[in-house]
Amino acid sequence: MIATLLALALAAPLDAPTVRVASKKFTESVLLAELAAELAEIAGARAVRREELGGTRVLWEALLRGDVDLYPDYTGTLWREILGRAPGDAAELERLLSQKGVAVTRPLGFQDSYAIGMRRALADRLGIETVSDLARHPELHLAFTDEFMDRAEGWPALRDRYRLAHRGVRGLDHDIAYRALSAGEIDATDLYTTDAEIRRYDLRALADDRQAFPEYQAVLVYRADLAERAPLALTSIRRLEGRISAPQMIAMNARVRFEGAPAAEVTAEFLATTLDLHPTVSVAGFWARLLQRTEEHVLLVAIALSAAMAVAIPLGIWAARRRRAGKVILGVVGIVQTVPSLALLVFMIPILGIGARPAVAALALYGLLPVVRNTHAGLVGIPPDLRESAEALGLSRFARLRLVELPLASPSILAGVKTSAVITVGTATLGALVGAGGYGQPILTGIRLASTSLILEGAIPAALLALAVQGLFDLLERALVPRGLTLAASETRSGSR
Amino acid sequence: MELSAIDVQGVVKRFGPSAALGPLTLSVRERSTLALIGPSGSGKSTLLRLVMGLVEPDEGVISVRGRVVRRSDAALRRKMGYVLQGGGLFPHLRAAENVTLVARTLRLPAERIALRLSELASLCRLAEAVLGRYPAELSGGQRQRVSLMRALMLDPEVLLLDEPLGALDPVTRSELQVDLRRIFDELGKTVLLVTHDLGEAAFFAHRVALLLDGRVVQEGTLAELESAPSSPFVSRFVQAHREGGANGVKR
Repeated sequence: MIATLLALALAAPLDAPTVRVASKKFTESVLLAELAAELAEIAGARAVRREELGGTRVLWEALLRGDVDLYPDYTGTLWREILGRAPGDAAELERLLSQKGVAVTRPLGFQDSYAIGMRRALADRLGIETVSDLARHPELHLAFTDEFMDRAEGWPALRDRYRLAHRGVRGLDHDIAYRALSAGEIDATDLYTTDAEIRRYDLRALADDRQAFPEYQAVLVYRADLAERAPLALTSIRRLEGRISAPQMIAMNARVRFEGAPAAEVTAEFLATTLDLHPTVSVAGFWARLLQRTEEHVLLVAIALSAAMAVAIPLGIWAARRRRAGKVILGVVGIVQTVPSLALLVFMIPILGIGARPAVAALALYGLLPVVRNTHAGLVGIPPDLRESAEALGLSRFARLRLVELPLASPSILAGVKTSAVITVGTATLGALVGAGGYGQPILTGIRLASTSLILEGAIPAALLALAVQGLFDLLERALVPRGLTLAASETRSGSR
Repeated sequence: MELSAIDVQGVVKRFGPSAALGPLTLSVRERSTLALIGPSGSGKSTLLRLVMGLVEPDEGVISVRGRVVRRSDAALRRKMGYVLQGGGLFPHLRAAENVTLVARTLRLPAERIALRLSELASLCRLAEAVLGRYPAELSGGQRQRVSLMRALMLDPEVLLLDEPLGALDPVTRSELQVDLRRIFDELGKTVLLVTHDLGEAAFFAHRVALLLDGRVVQEGTLAELESAPSSPFVSRFVQAHREGGANGVKR
């Protein structure tokens, strides 16, 4: 066994097919993707992991474009969010997806759907195992998350199906609901059937005996061409079909969420106990991780900022030359700034796919405004007698711009570039949502795991980088702004006492 | 017929619905100095900018040594020197760089530029050490000298000066006045000079044109303006300056 694996591992780099595995932002999705990646590697493929991408749409678009080969999803989500219709049976799902060049595995064995949870002790005492049992106890206090209260398939569907007569049903935040439940302030709330909290707070997920909630079977969605490109890897990955039970998934979620175990370690344990497979897991050390993220982050910022400058400075010049065009340019660039950054990133995906490219494009667009505005302001602010002097000397338009106007505007332009750079360092942390990596990656993981230390692992380097960029530009300012301008500025200051 | 270096024919420039300059007709003879005088807002500086080609007239034609002035004609502007009240020096360039800027963009040989620079420095009585300084490090008088050097760099045919001494203290002013007149005489340029000071006009100019509300009220020698004023405004203007005390010695 070990020899085979070793042979496969050694053979991998030669002619190995690549399988690109992606996941959504929550722990369960990350774990399922990691399982698939490890199984692909065991079959001799090279696995590329794109963890924690920003949502179903992002992943689906990436899958259709071929940036991603495979990701975990749920049948209910595929029906409602991707296909936009009421759920049908498995064969129909397969047929509809195949029209788009996408295939789906058989269910992995557990559902992650809505459920109603109670403290096990209370449920035992009252003999409640199903939602129908709950309907016989209208004296119990129910509180649900706001999302569950609002969605048609949530509380309204449940109430109507079971004719629940409970009164004073409240909306709460997810975390608060769990705490209130364990403290006995409320008796039941909505949860997901594989939530790690079920184990942590010793809850019972009541059986949905009258099928009020739609099915959310966990599956792996993949590009149909994977069967030809990496048949061995696909066969290996499909060994997960029907092998993961809800309690096993809850246990894995809990190991990561509450014990802080690395995802790769938890999945390796699962493969060892369930499939007797032993993947080689390597978890990069802190400094190696930091170095890689710094590289990714700095590269994102540098390319985006260069692109922003290359576009924004000419735009600013144009805006300063033509008053009417200038108003339009400044207006449009200002509007770009009002588009939420996440939305801008997602817009880029159909055009540029996932990874660094959409992130660079979105960051560059975001970086435009300060540079355009400061270039415009710097040029418009040149005293009229200097502008006139340059023209009176008989310099050509281009020579005036190059030798007089741009140098005079340079402090303002440089200040704009500095602002843009510092903003870009911060905004680039969102790049992780579209698979661009960088300091955003540990922040995303930290938010997912509610781990402050992980969030800081991304946030502190990002803040330090912003400071470093600021310092770099201060030095650059000293080198680039003509000395005569600095002198003139200090003279004006002391002259206007 | 005597050749005129600057010729302004029926020029009108409108600013909005009511304000306007002209119609103006005026000429400056070759190698002579004409001073434009008049109260603030009479259109002196605008006329200078029209001649310089920085503003296009709405009507009429301006020509400099027979060539029609157009805003697009940068080459013609290089044959004219222009000095502004504050000097109009570029703050990001050293004095020498200000003076040689255009010559360098025209790719004139470096030795010729250097030679011309020291020639001008001695003509304008500016210490060579000062040439290495930035405008912010210069006194008001030094700035005007550098500005004059810049205007003279390409040896222009005509020289236009807009209140060149307006922003200076009295001592510097009278020093520079003397130097300026010497330079005009030595070089024999055609000079069009704007001033609001009759004494200064008298000191520099062969002839004087008095402007009011965008029109020439009277043009002639100062003696003609004094002895045969064309209107009560002219005699009042001349009278007021005599009482206020002229700044210079009569030419």
